[in-house]
Amino acid sequence: MSALREPEVDLALAREHGLTDEEWRNILEILGRTPTFSELGIFSVMWSEHCSYKSSKVHLKTLPVDGEHVLQGPGENAGAVAIGDGLAVIFKIESHNHPSYIEPRQGAATGVGGILRDIFTMGARPVASLDSIRFGPLDDARHRFLLRGVVDGIGGYGNSVGVATVGGETQFHPCYRGNILVNAFNLGVVEADKIFKARASGAGNPVIYAGSKTGRDGIHGASLLASAEFDDTTESKRPTVQVGDPFTEKCLIEACLELMKTDAVVGIQDMGAAGLTCSSFEMASNSGTGIEMDLDRVPQRAENMTPYELLLSESQERMLLVAQAGREDEVCEIFNRWDLDAVVVGRVTGDGRMRVRWHGETVVDIPVDPVARNSPELRRPTSEPRGLREQQKLDLTAVAPEEDPDEALEALLDTPNLGSKAWIWRQYDQLVQGNTVIGPGGDAALVRIKREDGSATDKAVALAVDCNPRFCALDPYVGAQAAVAEAARNVACTGARPLALTNCLNFGNPEKPEIMWQFAEAVRGMGDAARVLGTPVISGNVSLYNETDGQPIHPTPTIAMVGLLEPWERHAVAHFREAGRPVVLLGENREELGGSEWLALRRGVEGGAPPRVDLEAEARLHDLLGRAVRVGLVDVAHDVSDGGLAVALAECTFSAPDGAALGARIELDDGIRVDALLFGESTGRVVTTTDDPVGLLELAAEHAVPARAIGVTGGDRLRIGRPGGAPPWIDRPVSELRDVWAAALPRRLEVE
Amino acid sequence: MKAVVTVMPKQEVLDPQGKAIQRAAGALGHAGVQDVRQGKRFEITLDAADREKAEALLDELAEKLLSNPVIEDFQVESIEA
Amino acid sequence: MFAVIQFPGSNDDRDTRFALKSVLGAPSELVWHKSVELPSDTRAVLLPGGFSYGDYLRCGAMGRFSPVMGAVKRFADAGGPVVGICNGFQILCEAGLLPGALLRNRDLHFICETVALRVERSDTIFTSRAAAGQRIHIPIKHGEGAWFAEPELLARVEERGQVLLRYCENPNGAVADVAGVMNEAGNVFGLMPHPEHAVEPALGGTDGLLILGSLVDAVTEGRK
Repeated sequence: MSALREPEVDLALAREHGLTDEEWRNILEILGRTPTFSELGIFSVMWSEHCSYKSSKVHLKTLPVDGEHVLQGPGENAGAVAIGDGLAVIFKIESHNHPSYIEPRQGAATGVGGILRDIFTMGARPVASLDSIRFGPLDDARHRFLLRGVVDGIGGYGNSVGVATVGGETQFHPCYRGNILVNAFNLGVVEADKIFKARASGAGNPVIYAGSKTGRDGIHGASLLASAEFDDTTESKRPTVQVGDPFTEKCLIEACLELMKTDAVVGIQDMGAAGLTCSSFEMASNSGTGIEMDLDRVPQRAENMTPYELLLSESQERMLLVAQAGREDEVCEIFNRWDLDAVVVGRVTGDGRMRVRWHGETVVDIPVDPVARNSPELRRPTSEPRGLREQQKLDLTAVAPEEDPDEALEALLDTPNLGSKAWIWRQYDQLVQGNTVIGPGGDAALVRIKREDGSATDKAVALAVDCNPRFCALDPYVGAQAAVAEAARNVACTGARPLALTNCLNFGNPEKPEIMWQFAEAVRGMGDAARVLGTPVISGNVSLYNETDGQPIHPTPTIAMVGLLEPWERHAVAHFREAGRPVVLLGENREELGGSEWLALRRGVEGGAPPRVDLEAEARLHDLLGRAVRVGLVDVAHDVSDGGLAVALAECTFSAPDGAALGARIELDDGIRVDALLFGESTGRVVTTTDDPVGLLELAAEHAVPARAIGVTGGDRLRIGRPGGAPPWIDRPVSELRDVWAAALPRRLEVE
Repeated sequence: MKAVVTVMPKQEVLDPQGKAIQRAAGALGHAGVQDVRQGKRFEITLDAADREKAEALLDELAEKLLSNPVIEDFQVESIEA
Repeated sequence: MFAVIQFPGSNDDRDTRFALKSVLGAPSELVWHKSVELPSDTRAVLLPGGFSYGDYLRCGAMGRFSPVMGAVKRFADAGGPVVGICNGFQILCEAGLLPGALLRNRDLHFICETVALRVERSDTIFTSRAAAGQRIHIPIKHGEGAWFAEPELLARVEERGQVLLRYCENPNGAVADVAGVMNEAGNVFGLMPHPEHAVEPALGGTDGLLILGSLVDAVTEGRK
């Protein structure tokens, strides 16, 4: 074997690794000497934006993270919430934006794989996935290619590992032309007292590596790619994209869950970004211990790998675990039964140092805590973007009123943002594990909970993911509040009680004060909303540098909300079910058109202030929905969001999973502009049907929620107009509207 | 020894992937691409006493595992020492 | 006892057991693919859906060589009932226990949706709870589910009444709209739709019980 020949380490090389001069000085101080090449690699990934959250930490600390049912907040692989009877759900959302832009299929697939590992690492069986994906306009062939690739990647991986994809959101906007967003969410179920954590306690305990072999793929993949802007050198970073192997992941899931039934495991962590380095440092740091590792024992896919490569590889489908001393064989046998590699690569030590050997040589010897904990924490300057105040001013009298509401509705339903997403989710297995009560296409997905022994419970979780980036661009504080409120409202529309949320904060370059201001404002808005709605933030992920050639994306704080419904048999759906049912609108129609789809589509304006969010009113509305569904007063509930009331009503008429159409006759008499009434996006509104309008109005009054009957279901047309004999604004056969809505994506995608 | 085996869909079996590639070639402006069939290529490293034994092994492997005779044909393309 | 085979990459194994055990009250066990024998009290074998061996090479191509498949073949040869669902169907075709093969869907996409099916015969152990000509609704979820047979084979299969389920609207390009096909002897059945995902009224309806319930009836009556 040849001796190790590595580049000379100096400040210039440190800079090439993305480290600042100040960070370089810190390293010299921590070590009291110049780092080895491997050590430099370790510092650079551990202190990268992606792994250290150095720009965002100071803001994230302000978020509410506690609640009576919270078992685990931020800081572990994912958060955990108790759902009663000894059960808990574990969930998190994570971005895979940069890799997906470079190679959409593998980027999205490994995003799904990574989030699944975060969940089963904690001992939970992953049961449901959501995906929040955003692209540039579909008239751009590159974005058609990216959408197809991302969908293929999500489906290819998720279907193969046997985890249902039950919902999500898809949006298109020119701001994502240079940076698409792929945010993957997963939720798992676990017994509350069997949650596993990333711990390396007990000096002398063996450190075991399990799963795929380590190759050269993805060195500096997630960590560095997601820690700088895209520019014309990005293309050359292509080899750093990793390839996913869902079959190995499926075997890993089953092997880990089997293993966790024994008490041989002390702690476990998946090897995600920065691979072996990040996982071993985190485990040791969490337990105040050290680790001694021998890289020659690491299963290797490529020949002649250097210690630097072995430590930083981001090869997928790998786990690191610490077992009870003496039980190594038992652990390895379980992995081997699933034809997976598992080898002891080191031991836990008591001295708080990370020592790594390669070919008999010590290549890394550094204290754990200063690297894992004392990572830099920046207070980057913030400043409100110039011109934003101007943009928020919208003189409605200067906006020409909608001349043809009927045509406007059709035009809105035909947009990729509001049209049916069936083309996408038809490619996802929505059913595996047999728990999908409501799948994609509803306001929230509803997933029945089974125990690990396969027995069904009467609990279900409601899942929704939301963000309106247009609102966030116009006012990130209000926009983030709106995202939390909408996600909770969607969950509440099934009848479930919103429990907790996870977030994926997608922003531009944090080194720009305007971007950092957007970030700080969005976090503040999210925190305020989460506090009032009683839904703590239990996990999350930050994706910065979503910016290409100086063009940032709109701030996109994606919120995934989880709620609990018990018993689940009684739940509301988002489509009209029965003819002759009174339609009741909860909430208020206000004259708000700022940031709306209508304003953008029909007037070409992206401006105005986003609709106001009344968090107290939202909380009352969500309580009311839960109560009304539980007592059987409401069987249909659909929230009013993008496209406004007319679009929400149209969706109620045609979005039944079996494709059935059921019309309605709606009469509205608000003293506001007709276009704002039909297409304004005021928050806090829900369309419901009931067989007891008097009872529902009484219950609404008790909750101080404005409510009124606005019409009745039936027939095969959607008719919306004033009371009395005036010609309706909208009067169309439901089947016609449905055909336009259903064709919105296929007609744009099936052109090649 | 190193060997190459190719597996192709039978002529009478519809090959939607090949069709899609042909259409895409058209969209790229290559109207001259009249037909595409997509198959698989296997590069195999094996131990065998001689060429004859290698051929026999590869035939069996290709027939039983690498291809499904209901829908695919196979061809041992090359065997090199 | 109903043996549900667990291959590495099986996904609907637990769901199949849930349908048998929790809905139909039939005892079932997971049998590991490396077992060389089936448990002695095995009365029927189910090969579940999923992606055995990642569906690498071809769907079902490697599952077919799992050690347990020898025992499954002996069980089938002795007249024991065997059902393959989706990936299980693909494995049974690869193993030569059922005619034909499953090809990539016509539009190249994975498709997950509930489809309407026509039951062609009710005088079999797999369809006795249904009526001939009955229209039932069961979800499909597959990327390679287009059943294929050359004309000669198709003619033979049709002549012998081996087609038990046909798509009312063909979603994947299967020849003759075939969704489920039986062997000549009438004891091995493969189908692309997932009956185990249509066994509860609030989760996709109960038409799947027409298939799985028929099998349970046959096994229970056989025991009497």
